[in-house]
Amino acid sequence: MAGTVTAAPLLQVDGLQMHFPVREGVLMRAAAYNKAVDDVSLSISAGETLGLVGESGCGKSTLGRCIVRLYNPTSGQILFNGTDITKLSQKALLPYRQHIQMIFQDPMESLNARHSVGNILEEPLVIHGQGNAAQRSARISELLDLVGLPARSRTRYPFEFSGGQRQRIGIARAIALRPRLIVCDEPVSALDVSIQSQILNLLIDLQKEMNLAYLFIAHDLSVVKHISDRISVMYLGRVVETADGETMYREPAHPYTRSLISAIPVPDPNRREVRPILGGDVPSPINPPSGCSFHPRCPEQQPRCSEQIPSETIITSDHQVRCVLHGASP
Amino acid sequence: MTLLDVNNLSCEFDTDEGRVRALDQVSFSVSAGETLGIVGESGCGKSVTALSIMRLLPQPMGQIVDGAVTLNGQDLTSADLQTMEKIRGNQIGMVFQEPMTALNPVQTIGKQLMEGILLHETKDIHTATTMTMEILEKVGIPSPDIRMGEFPHQLSGGMRQRVVIAIALACKPALLIADEPTTALDVTVQAQILALISELQNDLGMAVILITHDLGVIAEACDSVVVMYAGRVMETGSVFDIFDRPRHPYSKGLLASIPRLDTVPKTELPVIPGIVPGLQDLPGGCRFSDRCTHAQPTCSTQTPPLTAVPNESSTAQTHAVACLRWQEL
Ligand SMILES: Nc1ncnc2c1ncn2[C@@H]1O[C@H](COP(=O)(O)OP(=O)(O)O)[C@@H](O)[C@H]1O
Ligand SMILES: Nc1ncnc2c1ncn2[C@@H]1O[C@H](COP(=O)(O)OP(=O)(O)O)[C@@H](O)[C@H]1O
Ligand SMILES: [Mg+2]
Ligand SMILES: [Mg+2]
Repeated sequence: MAGTVTAAPLLQVDGLQMHFPVREGVLMRAAAYNKAVDDVSLSISAGETLGLVGESGCGKSTLGRCIVRLYNPTSGQILFNGTDITKLSQKALLPYRQHIQMIFQDPMESLNARHSVGNILEEPLVIHGQGNAAQRSARISELLDLVGLPARSRTRYPFEFSGGQRQRIGIARAIALRPRLIVCDEPVSALDVSIQSQILNLLIDLQKEMNLAYLFIAHDLSVVKHISDRISVMYLGRVVETADGETMYREPAHPYTRSLISAIPVPDPNRREVRPILGGDVPSPINPPSGCSFHPRCPEQQPRCSEQIPSETIITSDHQVRCVLHGASP
Repeated sequence: MTLLDVNNLSCEFDTDEGRVRALDQVSFSVSAGETLGIVGESGCGKSVTALSIMRLLPQPMGQIVDGAVTLNGQDLTSADLQTMEKIRGNQIGMVFQEPMTALNPVQTIGKQLMEGILLHETKDIHTATTMTMEILEKVGIPSPDIRMGEFPHQLSGGMRQRVVIAIALACKPALLIADEPTTALDVTVQAQILALISELQNDLGMAVILITHDLGVIAEACDSVVVMYAGRVMETGSVFDIFDRPRHPYSKGLLASIPRLDTVPKTELPVIPGIVPGLQDLPGGCRFSDRCTHAQPTCSTQTPPLTAVPNESSTAQTHAVACLRWQEL
C-alpha cells in the first residue's frame, strides 16, 4: 500500500473479502452472498490509530472481526508484523491473540456476567500461561489502576458497574496481555458525552504508555477525528478514502466523505447553515449497485460511475481515494 | 404565545427501595411554532418529563405529585384519561427513539396510519386512503402506494422513523414531543429526519420538544434549551444563551467534553468526573454538587433556585440558572 515504504507496518490488510452465505430453502444452499467486506486494503503502524467510519451496514465490524480472526475471511491477506495470519488455525493463532485484542460497543456482551472482575481479568493471563497466582494477582491490581477502577472492583460483578466503568473493564481485559493492536468497535458509541470523553482520554493515555495501535471503529466522525492519526472511510465493503484526520476534514476528496462530514451536527448555533443532505440508505451488500456502489446516492454521479469500480488514486502519499472525479493514479 | 407551560412539575416513583423523586420542580414553557430542546446525560429525567406531560408514566408506580402542565390553557395533570387520550391523538404527537416500539409489527404501515385518520379526521375509507398516501409522500417515503402494504420490518430504521412521524403528524398536532428520535440512526439519516421534522414544523406551525443527549442536535435544531440534571432544571435559555454564555458548571462541562471536528486530535478532553447518581443516592443541596469541581460546602446543603440572569433574557426566553455560585464563576 502507498505511503508505507519505511518500516513494515504492524498490521497490513490486502484485498480482504468476507462474504457471508445467505442460505435459503430446505437444503440451506447458499443462494447468494452478503459481501460485507469486499476488497479492503489498509495498514496500521505500531503506536498509530487508524479510524474507520461509515454508515451502519458498511462492513466495519465485520472487517474488525476478520482482523482479530473471529471470522475466517473469504480471501485476501492479513499480515501481522509481516506474518500472514489469515489462514492460521485457532491453535497456531494463540501467540498472535495476545498481540491483537478487541473491545466492543457493549462490554456486557463480551464480559462473562457470572465472573467477578478479578476472574475476567485473570482469564487471559491463565490462557496464555502468564505468571503464577501471585504475579497474576499483582497484574490485576495494576490493570485496575491503569484503567482507573478502584481496587475493590476486583471482587465485584459487571452488572454492578455503570456503562462507562464496564467499558473500563473491557479495556483492562484487552490490555491484560500487553497487546500491540486493539480493534475498538464503537467503544464509546453507547456512552454519554461526559463519559465518552473519560474513555477517549483513557485510550489515548494507554496508547502513549504502551505504544498501542488502534483500529478505532465509530460512526461519529468527530470522535474518530479526535483519536485518530489517519482515517479510512468505508462504504459497502470497500474503503473509499484514506487520509490523515486534518486532510479528511479540510479537503475530503470523496463525495461520500463530504456527505458524512456535512451530516454531523455542529455544536454551535452560530454556525447553522443549510447543508446538502445525503438521501437514501445504505443498499444491501447482497446486491450492491454496479460500478461505484455509492453512485445511486452520489450528488456528483456521472454516467460512467455505474460502469466500473473506481481504482485507487493517490492524491498525496497519505491521501488515497477511489472516485472517478479524481482521475487515474499518477 | 405560550402553547405549553410546565410549572414546578414534580414526579415520584415507588420503587423497592422506597419512594424516589424523579422530577423536582421542573419548569419551562414552549411557544407555538418553537423548538425547545431538553438535554442532559442519560438518567437525568428527560424521558420522564415527556411521559409526565403526556400522562404516560408507568402506573401505578409513577405519580405526578406537584405542579401543573398547561396546554392551550387546559391543565393536563388533572385531565381524565379519556380527555388525555383525545389530546394525545389530536394535540400532541409523539415520536420515540425506537420506532419499532411505536409500530405494530404484524400490521401494514398503511393500516396503522389510517387508524388514526379514521378515528380523528374522516370516516370515509377512500378519503382516508388518499390522505394516508399523501402523508407518506410528505414524510419522504418513496412509492407510498407500495409501502402502504408493507410491514415495519420491511423498512430501514430511517424509513420506520418516517412512518412514526407520519403517524404522529397525521392529525396535525399543535405540539410534537420527540424523545431521542434520531439516536438510533446514522448521522446521515439523522440529518434527513431532523430536516423533515423542521420542514413539517414550518408547514404545520407546530411546536416541537426535542429531547436528545446530543448537543450538536440541540445547536442545529432548537430555539431554546432546558439543561436537566438528575431530575432538576440546571439552566434554561435561548440556544445562544446556552452555547455562547453557559452559566451552570454542568452546562459548561457538557459543552467542554464534546470532541469537535476543529480541535487538536489526541489532546485531553475535559471531563465531568463521576456519573449521574441513581435517585436513591442523590447528594443534598444541588443535585450536581458531588460531581461539580466548583462545589463549596453550602452547595451540598442549599438547593439553588432557578434564577434569571439579568439583562440576558431575549424576548422569547429567559436565561435562568440554578447554581449558588454562578455569579462568581
Ligand atoms: N455474522 C454475520 N453473518 C451474516 N451477515 C452478517 C454477519 N455480520 C454482519 N453481516 C452483514 O454484513 C453487513 C455489514 O455488517 P457490519 O459489518 O456489522 O457493518 P457495520 O459494522 O459497518 O455496521 C451487513 O449487511 C450485515 O447484515
Ligand atoms: N419506572 C420507573 N421506576 C423507577 N425509576 C424510574 C422509572 N423510570 C425512570 N426512572 C428513573 O428516573 C430517572 C430519569 O429517567 P429518564 O427520564 O428515563 O432519563 P433520561 O430520559 O434523561 O435518560 C432515572 O434515574 C431512572 O432510573
Ligand atoms: Mg458495527
Ligand atoms: Mg430517555
